[in-house]
Amino acid sequence: MKRYSIFSLARNALTGHKDWHKVWRSPDPKPYYDAVIIGGGGHGLATAYYMAREHGLTNIAVIEKGWLGGGNTGRNTTIVRSNYLFDASAHLYEHALKLWEGLSAELNYNVMFSQRGVMNLAHDQHEARDLIRRTRANQLNGIDAEWLDRDAALAFCPVLNGDPGIRYPVYGSTLQRRAGTARHDAVAWGYARGADAMGVDIIQNCELTGFDFDQGRITGIRTTRGSIRTPKVGVVASGHSSLIADMAGIRLPLESHPLQALVSEPVKPIIDTVVMSNAVHAYVSQSDKGELVIGAGIDHHLSYTQRGGFDVVETTVAAVVELFPIFSRLRMMRQWGGIVDISPDASAIISRTPVDGLYFNCGWGTGGFKATPGSGHVFADLVANGRPNALCAPYTLERFSSGALVAEHGAAAVAH
Amino acid sequence: MFQISCPWCGEREQSEFKAAGEGHIRRPDDPAALTDAEWADYVFMRKNPRGVHFERWVHIHGCRRWFHLARDTASDTTLKAYGAAEAPPQFGDNNPPAAEVTAAHPGDISAYDGGSDEDALLREGGLR
Ligand SMILES: Cc1cc2nc3c(=O)[nH]c(=O)nc-3n(C[C@H](O)[C@H](O)[C@H](O)COP(=O)(O)OP(=O)(O)OC[C@H]3O[C@@H](n4cnc5c(N)ncnc54)[C@H](O)[C@@H]3O)c2cc1C
Ligand SMILES: [Zn+2]
Repeated sequence: MKRYSIFSLARNALTGHKDWHKVWRSPDPKPYYDAVIIGGGGHGLATAYYMAREHGLTNIAVIEKGWLGGGNTGRNTTIVRSNYLFDASAHLYEHALKLWEGLSAELNYNVMFSQRGVMNLAHDQHEARDLIRRTRANQLNGIDAEWLDRDAALAFCPVLNGDPGIRYPVYGSTLQRRAGTARHDAVAWGYARGADAMGVDIIQNCELTGFDFDQGRITGIRTTRGSIRTPKVGVVASGHSSLIADMAGIRLPLESHPLQALVSEPVKPIIDTVVMSNAVHAYVSQSDKGELVIGAGIDHHLSYTQRGGFDVVETTVAAVVELFPIFSRLRMMRQWGGIVDISPDASAIISRTPVDGLYFNCGWGTGGFKATPGSGHVFADLVANGRPNALCAPYTLERFSSGALVAEHGAAAVAH
Repeated sequence: MFQISCPWCGEREQSEFKAAGEGHIRRPDDPAALTDAEWADYVFMRKNPRGVHFERWVHIHGCRRWFHLARDTASDTTLKAYGAAEAPPQFGDNNPPAAEVTAAHPGDISAYDGGSDEDALLREGGLR
């Protein structure tokens, strides 16, 4: 792998940018791998990267039915934070946040991680009580968290509507200063480049169509580019996980829904943090290009359409305009949807399955982008060693029968 | 966004309705007799097909009545609305009679799932 540096930039500028090398290879599938990861989103690519780097597994492949990051990785609003209420979540997301902080250097690839702070607004006393409790829980877990009263919140983000007469007035806000955003594609590409350099085969336009078993064990997979023998498969397919579980006869507690986002026309810098509101279910940040990036809630019916209904956009935009009247004249440029895998307790499933050698990492729903490095890191350990480490142990499939749920639904504020 | 034909009110905007997940899940007759895994299956595990899905809806901003809807989750085409107490409709040739399915496994309508019969299904029509 050729490393990027100020010198490589200068050299390539002088030669008219004609000599940049390919960032990863495009190999044909081999007949056998020690392990195969299904899904070339951020989580799948991070998994492969850490399997190679931390567990020495380099004869492995990632297969992706479309293109790298074309799933939710490339469709999300890129909010990264770790201020979750429960210990299990706080530890896992904070593990991820620590990895984010060193990721560009580690990958020699700029993932544009921007620690611009994330605010979670409270609109009434009851919500404030919950959020203050959460900041305290975060502090006990060593996670930076602050409570801003109304005046401090409005001072931190002056474009917020300070009118106390609106339906959901700003009552106060939590602030995690180390939180922020990252460049979604770059995360997928950076991990892909790093994994490829260690010998991992990244195979795009290759869809998983079935499994081969022998006496309850995985022995291989079938794909649109032929069969591959392998003793270990890690499935990281977000909204499409249930379809793959069906192929293995496993039932998952997941429901797939469209989640939408939209961006405005680009404007001068106007909001230098991320604002989220649970009550009105809207969140806003500004991209480096100047577009406002706006996230909505899920469409409530099951769907694989990757677009979502206009009524959801309407509700979201109404909420955003009430919170930020200054945005009311902006035109929206693009809207899209991704299919998110919602689990009953709004927490991920990082787990072995009843089939030996088959592992799932799914259920991240509306909020898994922030977890990408941490998720890949613990899942690599699980697939490589066949047992969960302490960080991922609470996230088993068995928790739905033991009752030990990680019930972040109400606890995490907006789940993104 | 799509239109849904409420069995009582007729064609209305989808936003008048609330989706309430998989239909035809029956509460077990004797919960105490189930293992933890069987109970978890009833409470948490869900069919999540890319294709025909039989689901419950409520006309929350209308007549407020509950009903069933057969819908294709790959295209958001609504196929058939039917009553809250009715058995799932049949689509295509390969399906066992609905009554038999309901009697044998109240929750198991897997024979209807998946994309294999999508074309047949679209030909069958129903309410869209
Ligand atoms: C609009 C929107 C906004 C969001 N906002 C945020 C946010 O602000 N912060 C946050 O933390 N999270 C957010 N999320 C959630 C986040 O995007 C996801 O949780 C996360 O990206 C999941 O990553 P992944 O790598 O698991 O999935 P994906 O990126 O979806 O990757 C899964 C891959 O598997 C592939 N695949 C599926 N089936 C097969 C098959 N049969 N064979 C081969 N490949 C297959 C898919 O093509 C896909 O590329 C948002 C999501 C959406 C849709
Ligand atoms: Zn009605």
